[in-house]
Amino acid sequence: MLNPHPDLTPSVLVGLGWFYLVIFLMNLLWTIRSFKVDGEYRNGMPKASLWAVYTSIVMMLSFYHFTYPVEGFMFSMPLAFKDFFDAYFSNPVLYFFLTILGLWAMIQFREWWTKPTVAWVLLNCSLIFMTLSLTDYDFRQIVGKPDNVPIVAMLFIVAFFTWIYFRRAVDNDRRIDEGRPLFEQEDNDKVLVWPDLVYTELICMVVLTAVLVFWGIALQAPLEEPASSMKTPNPSKAPWYFLGLQEMLVYFDPWLAGVVLPSIILGGLIAVPYIDFNKAGNGYYSFKERSFAITTFLFGFMPLWVALIVLGTFLRGPNWNFFGIYEYWDVHKVEAANNVNLSEFFWNGLGLGIPKGSGVGDILLRESPGIILTIVYFAALPPVLGLTVLRKYFVRMGVLRFLVFSNLILWMAILPIKMLLRWAFALKYIVGIPEFFFNI
Amino acid sequence: MSVGDYIRNSQIWKSVFRHPAPTDRRNRVVVMLTNFFLHLHPVSIKQQGIALSYTWCMGGITFFLFLVETITGVLLMFYYRPTLEWAFYDIQALRDVQTLGIMREIHRWGAHAMVITVWLHMYRVFLTGSYKPPREFNWVIGVLLLVLTLLLSFTGYLLPWDQLAIWAITVGSNMAKATPGLGTEGPGFQLFNTSGYELITNASDAKFLLLGGRFVGEATLNRFYILHCVAIPLVVSGLIAIHFWRVRKDGGISQPL
Ligand code: HEM
Repeated sequence: MLNPHPDLTPSVLVGLGWFYLVIFLMNLLWTIRSFKVDGEYRNGMPKASLWAVYTSIVMMLSFYHFTYPVEGFMFSMPLAFKDFFDAYFSNPVLYFFLTILGLWAMIQFREWWTKPTVAWVLLNCSLIFMTLSLTDYDFRQIVGKPDNVPIVAMLFIVAFFTWIYFRRAVDNDRRIDEGRPLFEQEDNDKVLVWPDLVYTELICMVVLTAVLVFWGIALQAPLEEPASSMKTPNPSKAPWYFLGLQEMLVYFDPWLAGVVLPSIILGGLIAVPYIDFNKAGNGYYSFKERSFAITTFLFGFMPLWVALIVLGTFLRGPNWNFFGIYEYWDVHKVEAANNVNLSEFFWNGLGLGIPKGSGVGDILLRESPGIILTIVYFAALPPVLGLTVLRKYFVRMGVLRFLVFSNLILWMAILPIKMLLRWAFALKYIVGIPEFFFNI
Repeated sequence: MSVGDYIRNSQIWKSVFRHPAPTDRRNRVVVMLTNFFLHLHPVSIKQQGIALSYTWCMGGITFFLFLVETITGVLLMFYYRPTLEWAFYDIQALRDVQTLGIMREIHRWGAHAMVITVWLHMYRVFLTGSYKPPREFNWVIGVLLLVLTLLLSFTGYLLPWDQLAIWAITVGSNMAKATPGLGTEGPGFQLFNTSGYELITNASDAKFLLLGGRFVGEATLNRFYILHCVAIPLVVSGLIAIHFWRVRKDGGISQPL
């Protein structure tokens, strides 16, 4: 091994240097803040000193990357870690359920991670993790694509606003418990729009214009080869904001993933104000008063939308195979797909053999287990739920509202359900009638 | 008299701005009432309604990005011809030759940013419960704006006519083929094709309607160009106007009671 990092060209290293420089500057400000606010340990040492040490290390790293990095001493992601990560996290179902776990932890430990210091540590961890990962060639290929940069930015932005939300909600929940006025009710006098709002808007516009111009200069908009209907790229991807839907194509046919589910998402969003009967929590941040609504929305937004976009963009390579974040996008990677329909499970399981024949009656008989299951799921489950677990909602919503509501929830659950079935039983279709393109 | 005063006292200036400089309370009220652009706003407002930490200014930012896209988009239209012969090379020229080429960068990144800020705006509106009565209908208008923003971005994606463009649109529009009842690869279209009539074929189904052909081609480019540059922006402008009107009429930014 003469050169362990042949791809770490000087320009990449300088780029990493800039990353560390930004992290350094952020932490410099943080250290100053910490010095003012955080107080001292018992022996009189300011708590900020830990930050100072960390900050200077990052600073040295930054300068080191700008100067002449020696090949032997390179601060990069250890190979063993990369192999471990690619080996054990290369599975879309695992990925998906980890994001659900993350959501659960986010809600459960909201009092803890909304503390500024904790959040700052988490932010630093993710930044360092990303910078280290950028030393990997394959990671850089995907994350560094100009069209993908906004998605990385989006992750940090969404995390930031989620943090703001939980911080304010935790604060308000506490105020409600203690019977104090809400945060939004304090200092809430009327002010004149000129100057108070007009100037905020002006500053916003100036800053945004600057950001866009800077972004435009720093990053060239992609332009690939001229269009050719002969050369199909592999993978062919929809625009990034639709990649969550494209990911669903793994589990559902296009008529569901591409038409019915998007329509239901939109219909469901439109229905939100009409099915949420809870009057509380209007006009201020709160969690406890609306825990069900918020949890449902977060579930739809984080694992089902943002995380699937990330999955589709960064982790799906040629032939829509799953690739670890440090894995080479090998066109020849094969994944065994011997998926079986529910009807085959059922009839073969009974030892009867699959009913043959192509008449409508034969097909319906063949698929009857799946059809019955589907009908039970969408038609029989809602009343059952309404009379048992969700009784509280049923009583307050009335029949129609409750039916819409429970069906939307059931639709939301079908992706995780199908994922689990695919993973556990290699199940292909619950109802499989390719004769009529009717596959569920 | 200073130059500034001279200008502000000239007939020209006074004909444009119908009020003295907004330096005192009275004129700060007057400015909001007489200026066309400012009259979108009320004269005075609750402090929390404009706190950045409350609204994140996300709706405002989305609107601003829409304006940026309109301006840069019009500039791009001067350089761009939506034909198979020229589309790609006009974009290439923007990159390599034209002085104003950075407009394309700003337009593209602005579009990405707008998609993200629309989501965040919706996120904020949900988290503050602002869709609850009396603002239900404005939420509905918002959802329409969300769809149209995505469609704007989607139709624009095709225009550079490079590999990225046509294949992304091909993947996306293949879904139309599977529309239940209306697509030749979706369930139920056979119902329209009974007794010898072929109503839904690959030259008349939903995908054909979207693309103006069986494949992404010249007709598609034209269709998407018009949708992107004229049709959708017009609808979005109208809906934004209603959206803003409703924000005011529903009692301003939501507040705890
Ligand atoms: C092109 C897209 C959109 C634009 C330009 C826009 C613009 C705005 C602006 C400027 C406000 C004032 C408050 C603020 O800035 O937060 C606002 C409020 C509001 N928006 Fe939007 N919006 C858009 C999309 C949406 C979407 C997607 C939704 C929800 C699905 C939505 C729902 C609302 C509601 C309910 C309010 C009232 C909020 C309150 O009173 O607190 N809007 N919008």
